[in-house]
Amino acid sequence: MKKLLILGAGTGGTIMANKMRHALDPLAWEITIIDQDNRHYYQPGFLFLPFGYYRERDVLKPRDRFLPSGVRFLVGKITGIDPEQNKVFLSDGSALSYDFLIIATGTRIVPAETPGLTGPLWQKSIFDFYTAEGALALGRFLENWQGGELVLNLADMPIKCPVAPLEFAFLADTFFTKKGLRKKVNISYVTPLSGAFTKPRAAKMLGALLEEKNIRIVPDFYLERVDDEKKMLVSYDEREVPFDLLVTIPVHKGEEVIEKSGLGDEMGFVKADKNTLVSLSYPNVFVLGDAGNFPASKAGSVAHFQAEILAENLLCAIRQRPFTASFDGHSNCFIETGFGRGTLIDFNYETEPLPGVFPYAGIGPLQLLKETRMNHYGKLAFRWIYWDILLRGRKMPISNKMSMKGKKP
Amino acid sequence: MSQKVIAGITLDVNEEGYLTNPAQWTREIAKEIAREEGIDLTDKHFLVLDFIRDRQQKGEMLTIRSVGNSGITDIKGFYQLFPGAPMKKAAKIAGITKPASCV
Repeated sequence: MKKLLILGAGTGGTIMANKMRHALDPLAWEITIIDQDNRHYYQPGFLFLPFGYYRERDVLKPRDRFLPSGVRFLVGKITGIDPEQNKVFLSDGSALSYDFLIIATGTRIVPAETPGLTGPLWQKSIFDFYTAEGALALGRFLENWQGGELVLNLADMPIKCPVAPLEFAFLADTFFTKKGLRKKVNISYVTPLSGAFTKPRAAKMLGALLEEKNIRIVPDFYLERVDDEKKMLVSYDEREVPFDLLVTIPVHKGEEVIEKSGLGDEMGFVKADKNTLVSLSYPNVFVLGDAGNFPASKAGSVAHFQAEILAENLLCAIRQRPFTASFDGHSNCFIETGFGRGTLIDFNYETEPLPGVFPYAGIGPLQLLKETRMNHYGKLAFRWIYWDILLRGRKMPISNKMSMKGKKP
Repeated sequence: MSQKVIAGITLDVNEEGYLTNPAQWTREIAKEIAREEGIDLTDKHFLVLDFIRDRQQKGEMLTIRSVGNSGITDIKGFYQLFPGAPMKKAAKIAGITKPASCV
């Protein structure tokens, strides 16, 4: 039996398990997928936890429910990868061998990278919403908070879902307005970027929305440390931003085991070709999603689009043929803008988000770079699409390649 | 796309003054752009510029933190070399496109 091993049963790994079980002969190929627990979180839902719009049960299901029969699911901690010997080691001392390896271990927040962040104020006045635990703790805090300086800070790039902090700011504006507290809450958006977003037209649209909602933007702020006594953010060029409540998006890294294996860069992201998705050092190692060091968004949509490319190229590699598929950097993100509205962006490595309609030219029904109710409903409906269609590797009416149809350049 | 004459050579630049063709870059051009930014380039500056050109060429992510972890300088030092917005300034002087560190 030949062996395909998948590390990580999140969005990317789960889709790959479904696709490859379908594509590979069960009599010739054994497929194993491993993760450290059996808890699959719908991560886009974390945004709604602090405001009480979702509860934990709305975003959590067992990982194995989405894996097909004929795929072996293991729960265990990966402690080493030896790509020279084609082996993966687990914390219980066992080793797994493979013919082909897919790395889909994602990314994680590392608040300890920033001095002072995890000090005495952690989960008292400083919260994250990139973990279920953090988002729920923040929700409990917000129930009783009476207002003050709310500071949202991105410690560094890259982060998962680069638009989520903006969505948080917009939803906070809605939340405090509805509570009758908005006049007592100053919201600041403190970012290492020069604007609301990296890409010019989206940055302009989203920047204007921040202004309209009276959210102050503090650009080019690169966080060095948190002063716990003075309750202040301090940047490397010694600027200070005081806070009463800090919502932090901490530094992101890949899994520790990636760094140790020599497959990654200094942040623990696997070095891989941004088009073929194959490791730069080992032709039988592939990467998708947040775990890679691709210059693309760390977002579920990217993992989803990459999965189709990876499945095709992995079959090429197995048949010893040249790669036929190439990832174009396609990313697609709903953005909640508050008060029951949302917007949508669709872009790739080369093309920035543009206005227009999506996914069908002339029809939509979704509007790009425009605030509509339909976009908001699209975002809410996506949770069901995620569990029932996307994770199972089923066809969706969206191409893995970005299309210019319906876009206005 | 527009063009600009730097150090006697006509170069392709974008609207923000970043070189669009990294192959046109020379150390003389770097010194000239640096002077416009009020920076006098030292050997240390050039080590950083070489590092970020190399990363960009390999298609790897480029962030302030990656320069800070390069072994050439730390983040504080990077700020001292290229005050204000070090990544943007260094990229401009290194003749590469502005790094889209997020997207």
